[in-house]
Amino acid sequence: MTIEDNIKDYIARNLLFSDNGFPYADDASFLDEGIVDSVGVMELVTFVEETFGMKVDDFDITPDNFDSVSRLATYIRNKSKSPDG
Amino acid sequence: MDDCPHQEEPDIILGSMLVRDFLEHSADRLPEKVALICDQQRLTYAQLDRMADRLAEGMITHGLQRGDRVGIYLNNTVEAVVGIFATLKAGGAFVPINPTTKRDKLVYILNNCRASGLLVDSRQASLLDEVVGLLPALKFSVLSGSSSRASQRNSSDGHKVLNFNAIQQEIQPQRPRRANIDLDLACLIYTSGTTGDPKGVMCDHSNVVFAASSIIEYISNVQDDIVVGILPLSFDYGLYQLLMTFKFGGTLVLERGFAYPAQVLKRMVEEQVTGFPGVPTIFAIILRMDLSNYDLSKLRYLTNTAAALPPSHIQELRDKFPWARLFSMYGLTETKRTLYLPPDQLDKRPGSVGIAIPGTEVWLEDETGRRLGPGEVGELVVRGRHVMRGYWEAPEATAARYRPGPLPGERLCYTGDLFRQDEEGYFYFVSRKDDIIKSRGEKVAPKEVENVLYMLAGVVEAAVIGVPDPILGQALKAFLVVSGNKLGEAQVLAHCRVNLEDFMVPKYVEFRDGLPKTSSGKIKKTDLR
Repeated sequence: MTIEDNIKDYIARNLLFSDNGFPYADDASFLDEGIVDSVGVMELVTFVEETFGMKVDDFDITPDNFDSVSRLATYIRNKSKSPDG
Repeated sequence: MDDCPHQEEPDIILGSMLVRDFLEHSADRLPEKVALICDQQRLTYAQLDRMADRLAEGMITHGLQRGDRVGIYLNNTVEAVVGIFATLKAGGAFVPINPTTKRDKLVYILNNCRASGLLVDSRQASLLDEVVGLLPALKFSVLSGSSSRASQRNSSDGHKVLNFNAIQQEIQPQRPRRANIDLDLACLIYTSGTTGDPKGVMCDHSNVVFAASSIIEYISNVQDDIVVGILPLSFDYGLYQLLMTFKFGGTLVLERGFAYPAQVLKRMVEEQVTGFPGVPTIFAIILRMDLSNYDLSKLRYLTNTAAALPPSHIQELRDKFPWARLFSMYGLTETKRTLYLPPDQLDKRPGSVGIAIPGTEVWLEDETGRRLGPGEVGELVVRGRHVMRGYWEAPEATAARYRPGPLPGERLCYTGDLFRQDEEGYFYFVSRKDDIIKSRGEKVAPKEVENVLYMLAGVVEAAVIGVPDPILGQALKAFLVVSGNKLGEAQVLAHCRVNLEDFMVPKYVEFRDGLPKTSSGKIKKTDLR
């Protein structure tokens, strides 16, 4: 499963409670589309830390890193590569 | 100004200010000043005033009459701000509704107040289509945001769907005639009660003008203040940031929320924010962060209300922002704000929420109506022009909360909150008389959550309580007795998410074989804590 699929699967199951997967585009804005709310963002942070074994810095929690499936996947990839990640 | 309509002056001289004047006076006085920074837009007072004039004209054209209610079912957006003032300009009363409110409650609120109009995000157009048939009083809706829909279409039942952007392009701005006096309703703010059904607190113009003025006075707001609006406009604390800022001619930096704290802090630095209204949840997040890279030296004040800050957080906030004044406050929608602690008292009594706001008085009473002295615990009673007009079409609930005062025709507010007072007259919150929970600064009626839990097949008994939480203030915990063991936590939470606003969804679910009961068979929540 790709990182993107992993994120979509998590959101569909745990935040959307959707029966038909993740029905949005990978670049759809979580907040603008109402996919994830402000508490949901905190849940996503926990999901990323637990699933990908990384520590998410408070200052990384920005729309640039967290506001769509593709942004979040990019963030996780970059963070996994960096030596202090 | 030359183009200021002169017939309005007598009203002002008589002190009959309307809430629309907050925007209009600032637009006349400071037309080119930036009033609102939101969604990458910077709008001046004159621009916003014209936008509100256009939308007001659209509302009047589509049947809005003096006193009619308009639901504002939007996030913190330019459209919500314009919608609020447009409704007032058109002579109506606005009804802010949390945008995470789910379908059934939305329908309940709109029908309860028989809303004539509704502002809704175009992303919710399908929800609107679903519910419009259930809203016989609704004459029009205005879709905000990008939408491919035409500026106007008629649905089969005569309800019109308008487009916010099209109205802005098509209508010539003209300031509507002043139809209201200050005893007319400016807004209805829905709040949860113990019974679970939300009730609309009726706020007339004089109430709102007075409350905003009193708060501006004790915070000592000035025209140069730049206030960050993180809290939802559907929450009176968030709404008043807008109203007050426009009244004193400042600038509001309106944010969608606090989902991305670093982003909000960055905006605060860029815009040189001077005022930071928050709730304990927000301050708890701030305290966890290293702020050394953020220059927040322009911050003049922080305010906290909705729930008490733990004394340790008060100290940490003061250490983090030693140059800013911190106001601990207390209030309820029924009087807007009630108490504030002058910042110079924080060292001496960090656990106090202070004294009555300027121009008002408060005291404590026991169950028999006897006034209590220092050290005794009793219900806080409030007297002043900020005591709102009661609950919309709920005479029994109104009579319980708002009772006659010492002079004929006067209303006092019985807050339902227990306080004690020290020898020097400062008040300390003790507890609520009923079991309302404060989570994320919002009021949650356990009954409302329990009602939703009982809708789940297999739930035999449900009880919801608040448990202490370092971030949320109180977190909701649901105790369930189920038959057949078919329900899991995820399923319960999924059901809650679909049926409740975000802040009402329990954080914890515990399954039990049975719940403790009183002798009369009621669930005894004190034994669950």
